[in-house]
Amino acid sequence: MSRRYTLPQATLALLIALFLLVFLVMPVFTVMYVAFTNSDGSLTLAHFRSFFQLTLMREAFYNSLYVGGMSVLVSSIFALPLAYFTARFQFRGALVIQTLGVLPLIMPPFVGATAMQLLFGRSGSVNLILGDWFDLNLPFMEGLNAVIFVEALHYFPFILLNLTVALNNIDSAMEESAQNLGASGFRLFRRIVFPLALPGYMAGAALVFLKVFDDVATPLVLNVTDILAAQAYFRISSIGIDDPIGYVASVIMVIASIAALWGSTQVMRGKDYATLQRGGSALATRKLGPWQGVFAYGWIVLVLLLVLSPHLGLVLLSFSKMWSFTVIPEAYTLENYAAVFRDSPFMLWNSLVYCGIAAGLDVLIGTAIAYLMLRTDLPGRRLLDFIASAAVAIPGLVLGIGYLRTFRGFNLPFTDLPFVSFWMIIAFAFTVRRLPYALRSCVASLQQVHMSMEEAAENLGASNRRTIIRIVVPLMAGGILAGFVTSFLTAAVEISATLMLVSSTSDAPASYGIYLYMQSIVGRGPGAALGVITVLLVGLGTYASHRILRARSLRFDTLQALK
Amino acid sequence: MAKVKVEFQDIALAFGKTEVLRNISLAIEPGELFALLGPSGSGKSTLLRVIAGFARAQSGRVLVDGKDISAVPPWKRDIGMVFQNYALWPHMTVHNNVAFGLEERRLPRDEIRRKVAAALDLVGLSDFAARRPSQLSGGQQQRVALARTIAIEPKVLLLDEPLSNLDAKLRVHMRVELLALQRKLGVTTIFVTHDQEEALSISDRVAVLDAGVIQQVGTPVELFDRPANRFIANFVGTINLYAGTLKAGAGAMVFESESLGTVALPGVPAAALGEVEIAFRPHVVTLIEAGAPAGGGLIWLEARVAEREFLGEFIRYSVRAREADIVADQAHYTGARSFAPGEAVQLGIQPQQIRVLAR
Repeated sequence: MSRRYTLPQATLALLIALFLLVFLVMPVFTVMYVAFTNSDGSLTLAHFRSFFQLTLMREAFYNSLYVGGMSVLVSSIFALPLAYFTARFQFRGALVIQTLGVLPLIMPPFVGATAMQLLFGRSGSVNLILGDWFDLNLPFMEGLNAVIFVEALHYFPFILLNLTVALNNIDSAMEESAQNLGASGFRLFRRIVFPLALPGYMAGAALVFLKVFDDVATPLVLNVTDILAAQAYFRISSIGIDDPIGYVASVIMVIASIAALWGSTQVMRGKDYATLQRGGSALATRKLGPWQGVFAYGWIVLVLLLVLSPHLGLVLLSFSKMWSFTVIPEAYTLENYAAVFRDSPFMLWNSLVYCGIAAGLDVLIGTAIAYLMLRTDLPGRRLLDFIASAAVAIPGLVLGIGYLRTFRGFNLPFTDLPFVSFWMIIAFAFTVRRLPYALRSCVASLQQVHMSMEEAAENLGASNRRTIIRIVVPLMAGGILAGFVTSFLTAAVEISATLMLVSSTSDAPASYGIYLYMQSIVGRGPGAALGVITVLLVGLGTYASHRILRARSLRFDTLQALK
Repeated sequence: MAKVKVEFQDIALAFGKTEVLRNISLAIEPGELFALLGPSGSGKSTLLRVIAGFARAQSGRVLVDGKDISAVPPWKRDIGMVFQNYALWPHMTVHNNVAFGLEERRLPRDEIRRKVAAALDLVGLSDFAARRPSQLSGGQQQRVALARTIAIEPKVLLLDEPLSNLDAKLRVHMRVELLALQRKLGVTTIFVTHDQEEALSISDRVAVLDAGVIQQVGTPVELFDRPANRFIANFVGTINLYAGTLKAGAGAMVFESESLGTVALPGVPAAALGEVEIAFRPHVVTLIEAGAPAGGGLIWLEARVAEREFLGEFIRYSVRAREADIVADQAHYTGARSFAPGEAVQLGIQPQQIRVLAR
């Protein structure tokens, strides 16, 4: 039952709306405005025409689509068998697969890209061995292949995790009734199980496409420049903030993102997918046959090796004094770490500050929107939720470009410093970029809180405000913490908006530092060292929060089961 | 505890276009254990939420102890409510759950401790203060919910389907405990239930709701013996109902219907002539063998047994008499004569047990 709203709630909603307007809506509309207007402000498609008249831009556009599509395909090849194994069979690989799922996410693709070049490149470790033994050289890392390979390896967990959850949510009665009617084996999987898990797969696939399409740092580290994101970056950073072609590229990126998200939901439109009911049981698991076992474990080992290769390569690189044309480095040193601690500890500190601010703001806004949406009937509460969630479709690069253009000419209050060079703008970009995830986490956790929990408090004499403090927020704590951690950790490895917004090295976060180092051959070692440190910190954070959340959920689970 | 009266005056409430409560007027006496009985969707829970302040009536007034509380926010009403799912806070211990309302009232720490102990003692859970709700059984959770509400010494106690989440055995047990506790505290108590047995067994009075309208208010015996209309007759207990016309005949009323044919009803008052329904309970029907001597001032019909259900204390027969299906409960004891489906029987109805309901 929705209730009325209070003045403080309305004020809070206005503040949030203002923040979203300034740091999300206005920048995006500015980018669109520039792409669609002449210098005199009249509407035009001329910029789009000249964009597609440039061979390089046309190529970049097709390349981006190709790389995005192929990455989804390759990711699916990695993920589908793994998801199928865990859902179908009893075997001890489940934990390995779970770990597989998280590992690549704590390290963004651009960090491991250089290491992958050294391992899988034309004269990388793998091809050196293949050349020695079979006189073979596989083009893993040639041109666009490199981007597809690295991206797919990093982002297939999105498909794996979504698909596994979807498979686990299928009620065994669905499958059993199909068996009862005579379906079995692969036919059963193809006709019943996979269609039921399709929403999960589509959600994962859309995310992979989105991430790959928007990624600018990985192609740049791999020296691939003829794709859309890289071109947008170059046009703005080298030709200038007034060049409309960069804005056209940005608009196309936004459209592609929206299309991917829209498409994935559209496939599911009008179809009601029954998931596990209370009292139902998940799909039955079977024992692996001997050949199935060989294939399953073989596949897991192969994927595990691939998944771990950027991490291993990065560690090797960080300790290497020299590494070229050899399978493993020839000489080892600690100098790279010394260099990092000498030159750039401030970057780690910057990351901590920016991500802390971003994650804090995210859960604050997320909790507020969740409460306004689920517990009041404030006008416009759904719009607020929609706008905050829409940030998911805005590439970081586009947001960065939008900030530069929207706030140019603005100075920080009481100073002559341009607003766009103020470090807080990076934290705000992180806030906006990570808000959708934190928001979903907060909304989900508030949905778990039964209204009667709050009504009981009010019934016993707690006012609205006291109820929020003593009941709502503590009961949401798990979701709020999860939202904070996700925002913090993913912001720590964010690069695309950062690339546009860092105006002086002293303001750079660690992810930018890694990117900067990786630009030069001599910087690779220290870059890898900084990468290892960042990944370790992010990994530790993920692990710790996982433990805390697990302990919490165990404590509450028994009670939820009684509901 | 001072006993207070609760009055509803012309309460009407709608969610959008759905009318949930229509012109509810009702007075609940001080210290009464009062049941709101009705099928799901009848508005009974909503009426309870109106008293607690979680639902706002569009018109009408709620008076507690003579004062209109319609504009008072829920947290200032001093009306304790026990929720159907108990709504215990999982992040607090049992002690902290019970202490919550006292803390919000800014009572001194010592007094809070004393009152929490007393409330937990009252429900027999003194040893469980340090536990979390998740470590308690369903019955214990309900007692905590009760203790938490009683601790603030509310003016009125509201119970929303208090027994629905318990298993059958425990339900009967808690029913008795609830009554004992209410008598001990003397607090005016209103509880909502869809279970007529629950309502009839412990409450002083019952209001039966259907479609947002109060159908009848009365003691359990009144509801059972003198149902005001067809809905009450059907909802409270099992009943045989037949529509027809009541006419004045020679010396007695005559009931004419398609199903039962023409039946003389000696001893039925000539109150409602015309289109009526007659109603009688299954246990006032007597079955005897076909051809056995029939008498004793009963109305006798030739009939044939269609089905039977063995229910332990009695056997419930479904009997076909003329065009009517009649339910007849016959007490069962070792050696009692029972009838097989298909067997011809004579069916006797006590005329003074027949109720005539206006249509």
